[in-house]
Amino acid sequence: MSIARANRLTPYLFLAPAGLVLAVALFYPILYMIYASFLDWNPSQRIGEADFVGIRNYTKLFSDNAFRESMGVTLKFAAVVVSIEMFLGVGLALLLDRNIRGMSVLRTLFILPMMIAPIVVGLMWRYMYHPTVGIFNKTLKSWGLDSIPWLSDGSWAFASIVIADVWQWTPFIFILSLAALQSLPKSAMEASRIDGASGWQQIIYIKLPLMMPVLIVTLLLRLIDAFKVLEVILVMTNGGPGLSTEILSIRINRTASEFRELGEAAAMSNLLLIVLLILTFAMFIYNKAQEARAARLRVVEEET
Amino acid sequence: MPEIRLQGLRKDYGAVTVIEDLNLEMADGEFTVLVGPSGCGKSTTLRMIAGLESVSAGQIMVGDRDVSQLEPKERDLAMVFQDYALYPHMNVAKNMSFALRLARMNKSDIEKRVKDVAATLDLTAYLDRKPAELSGGQRQRVAMGRALVRDAGTFLFDEPLSNLDAKLRGQMRAELALMSQRIKKNMIYVTHDQVEAMTLGDKIVVMKFGEIMQAGTPEELYRSPANKFVAGFIGSPTMNFLSAELVEESDTLFAKGQGFSIPLPDARKTHLQTHKDRSVHIGIRPSSFVEGPGGLKMPVILSEYIGAQSVLISELGEEKISIEVNSVAPIRAGEQREFTVQGDEVHLFDPKTEAAL
Repeated sequence: MSIARANRLTPYLFLAPAGLVLAVALFYPILYMIYASFLDWNPSQRIGEADFVGIRNYTKLFSDNAFRESMGVTLKFAAVVVSIEMFLGVGLALLLDRNIRGMSVLRTLFILPMMIAPIVVGLMWRYMYHPTVGIFNKTLKSWGLDSIPWLSDGSWAFASIVIADVWQWTPFIFILSLAALQSLPKSAMEASRIDGASGWQQIIYIKLPLMMPVLIVTLLLRLIDAFKVLEVILVMTNGGPGLSTEILSIRINRTASEFRELGEAAAMSNLLLIVLLILTFAMFIYNKAQEARAARLRVVEEET
Repeated sequence: MPEIRLQGLRKDYGAVTVIEDLNLEMADGEFTVLVGPSGCGKSTTLRMIAGLESVSAGQIMVGDRDVSQLEPKERDLAMVFQDYALYPHMNVAKNMSFALRLARMNKSDIEKRVKDVAATLDLTAYLDRKPAELSGGQRQRVAMGRALVRDAGTFLFDEPLSNLDAKLRGQMRAELALMSQRIKKNMIYVTHDQVEAMTLGDKIVVMKFGEIMQAGTPEELYRSPANKFVAGFIGSPTMNFLSAELVEESDTLFAKGQGFSIPLPDARKTHLQTHKDRSVHIGIRPSSFVEGPGGLKMPVILSEYIGAQSVLISELGEEKISIEVNSVAPIRAGEQREFTVQGDEVHLFDPKTEAAL
């Protein structure tokens, strides 16, 4: 083997271990799951003993009201939390993008929730939402107000998980937005002040449009995450009351462990995976389009 | 367009005082250039006039209105930035019309103004392009255009040409000079390039360490610099500085130093009486040396051919000096030549205060 050829192969050699891990830890389970979604498979059986049922698991899902409701809850949850988080996160970033004494401490405080393990967040909020000893109801009571059935009423429970998620993930959008804001060209901001833009006009006409690429990627990242959320809600409500907070990942978990339908659970997982893939592709395509645009502009610049 | 006066202007950054007490008057419609090395406070001064930096003390008077505490938009000015500061997400037309749109001017008027200005700047073909799709020179013109459509009372320029290559810079400088002749407005221009300052300014303000070293017309600054700093800053190639002593011999005052003795004109004698027999710094512009017999014999160490002119590097005493000569009869390195200097072309400076004598 010539040296040149060996040199060409070197990078692949170094990549091989990572590729191997990826194959074992990612592709194998996915393929396994896809295969399993075509089986009528009980956890007590070995996979070889399960009956092949074709696409029955999938057709069953579409007529399954509980699944449809769960899908609805997931979509609603993702849409609501991501909208609120984007609004608050970007708003806070715009508000705190200035040099005030103690700002760095404040910024650190803001991102603390993101660093707490989801299970802990779930437990924490469950205690705070506790009907009698939780801080919310105790406070309401001390003000002479009626207590609120935070986790025991369907619509309140949905609101409660939204609040917890917003608390935990707004900081994520906040730091990314702040980073985007701080990398905006300073002189363009100054030019807009000279041009007569007020603070609001600066935000609307200059800052937000320039932050847009970062905001879009942030939005997609958060959407992907919101579709996958499990632990916090599992700990807080376990999907209840009724099906009011049963997001897809809890449904999948129950289908597998409670209803002992591994095949159906696999089919659900696949559908969720497809939704996530679509979002990921959207992000990928958006990034590619941005890069292509940048490359085209560079060519234009070099020619002129 | 009213005159602009800076009165006792001061700028502190925390405990550091960048500008202590700046006083300057700019006449109506005057093109004023603030020039100086980096860190001299010229940009800070401009940004205070623009309202982008707060004023620590003092007033900025436009006519009889003190604008020093007003927002930039209330000061009736337009500004061109060093990095152009175009809005990357807006096309050229949108960039140029941004201020007008904010001012809620009606659409057809905006369109007309933008078209007119674009035509004068050769930008008509690019109105739909984004800044990233333009060359440096075109971006520069868009930045100018954005300032021009405003029709503001005062135009501020913060080193607008320093990001361009040499050829384009020369071209844009000429265009700027033409523009300033056409629209007689107050213009305040910051640069570190003395050539730009000389060619563009009605008035040049040379600054150093937050202080004004001298303010005057280009001719005044070139012919009678107020101090050694201005003398060294204005003019290219730079003025030669030598140590000397003022000596009177047979009724004539001489500037005498290592290897030379230049008679000074009688007209300067009375004025220089107090400095007699004391050491001074003398400054001689490279173009003040004239080749001819009976002068100082000097070796030519290096000959730099530039074109019509050549710059010779020579030695006088132990000091390196440069001499600018006509290139018609080329002088080569290694030759010995004689050069004379007229006494009235010798600048004298106090060695301590560096003020001109």
